[in-house]
Amino acid sequence: MFAFTVKRILQALFVMLIISFLGFSIKHQFGDPIRDIVGIQVSVKDREILREEMGLNDPFMTQYVRFLKNATHGDLGTSFFHKKPAMDVILAKAPATIELVFAASLIVMFVSIPAGIFAAINPKHWFSRVTMGGSIVGVSIPVFLTAILMIYFFSITLEWFPSYGRGETVNLWGWHTGLLTIDGLMHLVMPAVALSSIMLPLFIRLIRSEMMEVLETEYIRFAYAKGLKKRRIRYVHAFKNTLLPVITVGGVQLGIMLAYTILTETVFQWGGLGFMFLESVERSDTTLLVAYIIFVGAIFVIVNTFVDIIYGLVNPTIRVSGRK
Amino acid sequence: MEPILDIKNLDVKFALRTGEVTAIDNLNLSLNKGERLGIVGESGAGKSVLGFSIINLIRKPGFIGNGSIDFRGKQISTYSEEQIRNIRGNRISMIFQDPMMALNPVLTIGTQMTEAIFAHMDVSQEEAERIALEKLAKVHIPAPEKRLNQYPHEFSGGMRQRIIIAISLLTSPDLIIADEPTTALDVTIQAEIMDLLIELCESEGMSLILITHDLGVVSEVTERIAVMYAGRVIESGPTEAIIKNPQHPYTQGLIKALPESRKPGEPLYQIPGMMPTLTDIPPGCAFNPRCPMRGDICMTKRPEAAFADEKTGHMAACHLVSGDLAS
Amino acid sequence: MKQSLQNFKDSYLFYSFKRDKIAIISFAILLVLVVLSFSAPLIAPYNPYDAESIDIMNSEMPPAWMEDGSSEFLLGTDQQGRDLVSTMMYGMRLSILIGLGAVMLQAVIGISVGLIAGYLGGRLDNFLMRLADIQLSFATMLVAILVSAIFQTMFGASRYNELAVPLLVIIIGIAEWPQYARTVRASVLGEKGKEYVEAAKVVGLSKVRIMFRHILPNTMSSVLVISTVQVANAVMSEAALSFLGLGMPVNRPSLGSLINAGFEYIFSGAWWITLFPGIFLVLLVLVINLLGDWLRDVLNPKLYKG
Repeated sequence: MFAFTVKRILQALFVMLIISFLGFSIKHQFGDPIRDIVGIQVSVKDREILREEMGLNDPFMTQYVRFLKNATHGDLGTSFFHKKPAMDVILAKAPATIELVFAASLIVMFVSIPAGIFAAINPKHWFSRVTMGGSIVGVSIPVFLTAILMIYFFSITLEWFPSYGRGETVNLWGWHTGLLTIDGLMHLVMPAVALSSIMLPLFIRLIRSEMMEVLETEYIRFAYAKGLKKRRIRYVHAFKNTLLPVITVGGVQLGIMLAYTILTETVFQWGGLGFMFLESVERSDTTLLVAYIIFVGAIFVIVNTFVDIIYGLVNPTIRVSGRK
Repeated sequence: MEPILDIKNLDVKFALRTGEVTAIDNLNLSLNKGERLGIVGESGAGKSVLGFSIINLIRKPGFIGNGSIDFRGKQISTYSEEQIRNIRGNRISMIFQDPMMALNPVLTIGTQMTEAIFAHMDVSQEEAERIALEKLAKVHIPAPEKRLNQYPHEFSGGMRQRIIIAISLLTSPDLIIADEPTTALDVTIQAEIMDLLIELCESEGMSLILITHDLGVVSEVTERIAVMYAGRVIESGPTEAIIKNPQHPYTQGLIKALPESRKPGEPLYQIPGMMPTLTDIPPGCAFNPRCPMRGDICMTKRPEAAFADEKTGHMAACHLVSGDLAS
Repeated sequence: MKQSLQNFKDSYLFYSFKRDKIAIISFAILLVLVVLSFSAPLIAPYNPYDAESIDIMNSEMPPAWMEDGSSEFLLGTDQQGRDLVSTMMYGMRLSILIGLGAVMLQAVIGISVGLIAGYLGGRLDNFLMRLADIQLSFATMLVAILVSAIFQTMFGASRYNELAVPLLVIIIGIAEWPQYARTVRASVLGEKGKEYVEAAKVVGLSKVRIMFRHILPNTMSSVLVISTVQVANAVMSEAALSFLGLGMPVNRPSLGSLINAGFEYIFSGAWWITLFPGIFLVLLVLVINLLGDWLRDVLNPKLYKG
């Protein structure tokens, strides 16, 4: 287990290196740090002086190493548009996205697990058939369309939920959370549901098919032969085995969810990282763009590594190395 | 003395989309207390289905049709799910073919053993563990205390099968059904496992049904044999009688096909043709297309079991034996 | 030719198709949509790209059956006064073209990488697959958005819009090749050990020839299975990119751009600008997905869904 963990962490560091390299290349190629700092109203001569001073004429690798060193101190450059260090902008917007993803994940977990298990145990039940049929349709509806339709029905027509923004937030030591106010929670509902709608069909089908496969195995049959109660067979024997592949998929899907926050936040004008990213594209704010890539890249890598390690802990065949 | 297990006129069918298929056809079988019975046949003959049907564990779309299964005088074939659950793993235990597949990879051996105890007996955790350790020792597993917290993948194949056997002993059952218990193991381990089974049956007074395709194993372990073909028992009787003096042409073919029956240098014998699939069973005697002694009656009338030796109970379902067909 | 047709008719594929009602209906709908979109220049009531034919006074007209609607514009008009029916037909054509193009690009890249990695193995395999995994862990949507952002910065907004179609094909192609690579590689690993590969080696065929002429055809079934899903994904990706303004520009809108445009107008009540393109987009992706599902079941009988 220890060797496994170390290996995974080393892999993670390696990947981060590659991501930072790519990010820096983009910045080097398309970014304009001079403009970021002093704006456009500066003479060409002064620019040249600044370039020398800032070391922008140094060889690529030197600049890259400098970039890395700064990055490890949390300095990812300055955002041209916001006139603030990129890291500050990101940290200010991160809570919004994190809460959104967190809420969506909760919804996915608490809906897909019972639904999937139910559909696996009762495949012919009308609810199972509807869910499975609905899931193909669900997968075919892009998240932004779902979001727009939800706004149309629940905000405009029914006026149940607000249609944009985060609502009232509470400042907890710098983390602006929307989870502590009713208004904030009301604003969270639709974006979270919309975001979860991408993952729900996938997870329900996955859990259902995994559970069905597990229920057909010899060890489940043997459990019956031992005379165990059905409930124990399903929820202890079958469930744990079903969860294993779901954990792996879950990790990957988190990444996909992060990507789709870009779309969701745009529709709901949710002031998080996704929205910030799009703005930085529109405004050619290269520094912020690259900072986003690195930040999100880091999150991916950390989450994936974490998921792998958790999987290693939960799956006994990895945790306890066999004798053979 | 009443047999411990009495199967009468058993039908087991599978409801496929294309229609119903009969896997076991009007089967009769009985087992006495303490007896070791072998059920022999090729793959697809229905032996495993028979084993599973005793504890009503046939996979859908299979179902038990006509007939009855009596265990210790009670008709368990009509039991409810809860009633049969009390029998399974309690009075009747089953040993599966592949020990790696039969154990849940994510649960410890200890859990998989104690849960079987808790399902049928109201005891404390310590008592359950004590019983588990006792049975592990009975199957000669070294250092049993260490095993309870280990996982299936940490053991070798032979050890796993011993664990399975230990699980089957936990509640001191009356009957063990062993479905090809050594097929997935090395030949050397096979002998050990079989010796273990005999030893346990004798010391615990259990009855054993050994399902296998291996005539060699059966001749060493069992006292009586039932030979199955296409879902029917076509010969049954004392092991020695069947091996030395088979009555049914199919059994004769099986014995002839054993490598031991040939002199060195001679080609091995094969029964010509193949056992029919469940959807293609011919009318009359199921074996007739391959039988060297087939007569007209064999193609139309299904033979009933007739005594070859009434004293020992050696029977065969063959027109030659019943006298309907002159040899 | 006649013999091939007869072979196809006798094949299990066709037999299974005929029996599956959903597959038949999906295929029929897909056929209708494809024909409609590709014959747009011939049968669309208006040409939405012809600036002369558009009158801003016609903008935001509701569908014909509603009050204020006109039978001239069956499903209403968008914010610029373009007929929705025509614009959607041209838009769907763009979506399908880009989807197909992107999948072909992904397939070419992905299959080549998968073949090479799987067959040659070793450090090359490790390196290529690591690359694929990293990209995959980033989620194709994110990669697509990032690449298009970079392209936009590189080319500048107007040039980007001019070259939108081929650029989108490249963007989505780059974003999704790992899927093909991994599938093909898994397939190749399975085929590598088979005897026909040994035989080919013994005869002395070159590696390239073995990879492309011998192994590749045997990996085709798994390629086919993911291809339909990938087309659906490509269409959705293009729609998402266009929605974000990183895809098809407003003057040559695809279904995604239309939805984006219509979004603002939903609040003022002009729901049709978003809804109709939305319905057709979902319909298109849905039938492709359904056909893909059927194809997967046919080609992989042991994975039946029960």
